[in-house]
Amino acid sequence: MIQIEHIDKSFAEKTVLRDVSLEIPEGQTLAIIGRSGSGKSVLMKHIIGLLKPDRGRVLVDGIDINEISYRELRQVRRQFGVLFQGGALFDSMNTFENVAFPLRTFTNDTDAEIRKEVEHCLDVVNLSGVGPKKPSELSGGMKKRVALARAISLRPRYIIYDEPTSGLDPETSNTINDLIKNLADQLNVTSIVISHDMHSVLKIADRAAFLHAMRIHWVGTIAEMHRSDDAKLRAFVKANEYAIGESALPSTARASS
Amino acid sequence: MPSLQLRLTKPFFSLGQYVLLLTKAFTSLGEFGLYRRNLFIQMVRVGIDSLPIVVMAAAFSGAVTTVQTAYQMTSPLIPRSTIGAIVVPSMIMELGAVITGFILAGRVGARIAAELGTMRVTEQIDALEAMGLNSVGYLIVPRVLAGVLMFPVLYVTATFVGIGAGLLVAEFSGLVPIGEFVQGARNYFQPFDPFFGLIKSLVFGFVITSISCYMGYFTEGGAEGVGRSTTQAAVMSCVYLLIADLGLAILLL
Repeated sequence: MIQIEHIDKSFAEKTVLRDVSLEIPEGQTLAIIGRSGSGKSVLMKHIIGLLKPDRGRVLVDGIDINEISYRELRQVRRQFGVLFQGGALFDSMNTFENVAFPLRTFTNDTDAEIRKEVEHCLDVVNLSGVGPKKPSELSGGMKKRVALARAISLRPRYIIYDEPTSGLDPETSNTINDLIKNLADQLNVTSIVISHDMHSVLKIADRAAFLHAMRIHWVGTIAEMHRSDDAKLRAFVKANEYAIGESALPSTARASS
Repeated sequence: MPSLQLRLTKPFFSLGQYVLLLTKAFTSLGEFGLYRRNLFIQMVRVGIDSLPIVVMAAAFSGAVTTVQTAYQMTSPLIPRSTIGAIVVPSMIMELGAVITGFILAGRVGARIAAELGTMRVTEQIDALEAMGLNSVGYLIVPRVLAGVLMFPVLYVTATFVGIGAGLLVAEFSGLVPIGEFVQGARNYFQPFDPFFGLIKSLVFGFVITSISCYMGYFTEGGAEGVGRSTTQAAVMSCVYLLIADLGLAILLL
């Protein structure tokens, strides 16, 4: 379980997060939604200790990750798989080496075992056979899927997705959404999805937290979101519907609003 | 625009960041398995790949120093062997290390900053950290170590090549016969001079690679930021190399 308690974060003179609190229970998929620049990625980086809050705590399984040594923090981080917005694939390595990198670094597996595991991970993301290709030879969607294969290679307990569908066409977005949904179901991992794509959020999340004006403005299940009459949340969802040219909320929800 | 307070404190903040980065790198030295493979790759990039340009620059500077020294030694009262007595210590104590330093600042420093800067802005460094890997140990330590280990090798090569080129130019252009050149060099040779040059080369290797790593590791702001870091890495490496050069001369001579 991940608990974020009253965190504040400022960069130079700009406050990004103020008194943000959030709980992410085991086995759930939580979407953190909000406008671009609202601090979603900053919040995500606090969860894995890439950023330290100016105030407040981040607890992973009850451990305050800002109070432990760097060595202990690295141990905590190994329970996470992170899919970064641009994939963050190592461009000096090919696809196979990218996925194999965590296995080679953190396990004592033999080359044959690593090869088998990499092939399995690439198979899970429907990318068998692209091992020898360099990241520069892959499309945006393929890069994200390879990054996802790398993120799951160590069988993490938590997976964080930072804007998993941004910059992708609708069909590729759907493929990524299906993958995230399947991984959550098959591996029973706790997932945190940072997104402003409501279409994606509605498809994959159990709960959503709406980050607005530096705070968590609203938290609830997807069903509660459908029923919510919070003006700011509805305005965000509505703007998303307009942007994607179709309704983000199901017809029943629209009827009730 | 950043406030006046921010602008005034920026140099101290940068210095603190640099010291903290080096502290983290130093404490990561024990994790040899983490950077072993990268260390050999970097040693090749810093050392072997820089060899052609270092050899060329050293040869020309040795030759030019010889010709210019001969040009200034016009008095019949000064023996021609003085040319060797000036050129050889100049190469050993100053030119070999400084020329290699400037070349590495431009070639290796810029490359390190561009590589790490690109990794920073494309979140590759965040990805390493998020995996639970010590990114400083994995990226910074092998680059700085490679600089410290390979710079002396390049310095020794540059010095020999520079002296050799000076010797050949002196002989073949009729400025001074090889025998006299060598005699002059031997007469004024101080055993400490090569050690001084080696100490310099170790310090320069550290200064160039650590500053370039710092510039690259803390890059901000996309492609423009990478460009800025790369330029700053080359410029600041040269500036601190000259400061270190003077500091070592005052301290050790």
